[in-house]
Amino acid sequence: MTTGEWIRGTSVYRSVIRHGLEDTNRNRSLIIFENLFLHVHPVKVRERSLRFTHTFWLGGITLASMLVLIATGILLMFYYHPSVPQAYRDMKELQYVVDDGVFLRNLHRWAAHLMVFTAVLHMLRVFYHRAYRPPRQFNWVIGVVLLLVTLLLSYTGYLLPWDQLAFWGVSVGTNMAKQAPLIGERIRFFLLGGNIVSENALLRFYVLHCVVLPVALLLLVSIHIWRVRKDGGVQGPPEEGRQ
Amino acid sequence: MSAPIELIESNDPVAVPWRVALMRRDSRPAVRESDEKYVMTFPHLIVREIIMFQLVVIGLSLAAIFFDAPLESIANPVETPNPAKAPWYFLGLQELLHYFPPVVAGVLMPALVVIGLVVIPYARVNLEAGPLWATHSRGKLASLTLVVLALSLLFGAFSCWPIVIPTLIIGAAMLAARNGEQASPWRRALWRVTLPEWIMTWFVVIAALLTIIGVFFRGPGWSWVWPWEQFRA
Repeated sequence: MTTGEWIRGTSVYRSVIRHGLEDTNRNRSLIIFENLFLHVHPVKVRERSLRFTHTFWLGGITLASMLVLIATGILLMFYYHPSVPQAYRDMKELQYVVDDGVFLRNLHRWAAHLMVFTAVLHMLRVFYHRAYRPPRQFNWVIGVVLLLVTLLLSYTGYLLPWDQLAFWGVSVGTNMAKQAPLIGERIRFFLLGGNIVSENALLRFYVLHCVVLPVALLLLVSIHIWRVRKDGGVQGPPEEGRQ
Repeated sequence: MSAPIELIESNDPVAVPWRVALMRRDSRPAVRESDEKYVMTFPHLIVREIIMFQLVVIGLSLAAIFFDAPLESIANPVETPNPAKAPWYFLGLQELLHYFPPVVAGVLMPALVVIGLVVIPYARVNLEAGPLWATHSRGKLASLTLVVLALSLLFGAFSCWPIVIPTLIIGAAMLAARNGEQASPWRRALWRVTLPEWIMTWFVVIAALLTIIGVFFRGPGWSWVWPWEQFRA
């Protein structure tokens, strides 16, 4: 008996993971439906849905980059102050003081780009596979909202380094919001906490980026994935002769 | 086992409690015969998900090792860089600002795009559409030609060539596909495209083109520059 086998036989371990070690279909089923995170899956899936061209894994890659973003984002929060000019100094701290600080920031940045990119590709894949058709209509709408939340997350994060790129990128964008008739000025003031991009805007974008939008995203992603299951699993390319 | 079985034909379950049911193959009570093969989620799907996640993490880590996230000098409200560009996913919009009044490019068009995306699964044309030219009439040909020309003229009036040119090319492909049913394989493939797919492709090509122009071909004062000139500077 190896140590691993002994540990997995103890009553403490078995109180956490109830199913045994034997590789039986019963245990393979228990692995899925006795686990909070895995039980969003059915116990069996169509073999066809495992093919790469069924979904190109685009939704999965989007979700994977989201997980990377949460992990790196929480670590970055330990080193960040949403104030002027400390925010920019923190970028320099990441560069010169924090171990692997540059790697952490790079990872967060590239994961953010990947998430926006694959979310768009995922939407196109679903469209061209006509996977928005009943009963999946509402999940498509949730998906559109998720895309918007993803863009807002990326955009609010864009301001946080407080460098020239961030400042003027956000200035350009919020000047666009100003053009909305009647409420444009108010929307901009509400977003920025003032009439120009300032320290107030940095704080607002920080709270939106680290609390409000991630919570919204997590809620919507949960509903989105849960509904994929409820609506009959992932829908690949339309099958010949079956609508 | 020697006694012969006596068969009584009856529909009264009290008088004859035992029964033999004969069923023809094609009238079995199976709901629907399916040749779909199912596999256990664990390990078949879970292992693939783990591999996918690891590939994403490895790929991103390599990108993070070899390419640094940009960091310019500290924000300075009085020193405007030229050009001041939004993040890449908004550069399509910023490119539109070059051609249209701000309220059109910054509010009307994005609003139309979002509304257009949301209503996709509720519009009957998207649910039922077959190949565009499966039903063929002169009225359809005339109205589609008119729409393509009207859109080209409308955007041409604003000199928005990144919209006009794809509109004309995709419009021409759409109209040329109409007799492609018996033609070469690639024309047959075009013939099979539905109207919603034509519209989405038109939208995606324009969005991608505007974004690429905004990212790579715009310099000081939003003037046209070639990418290699930008990199030299």
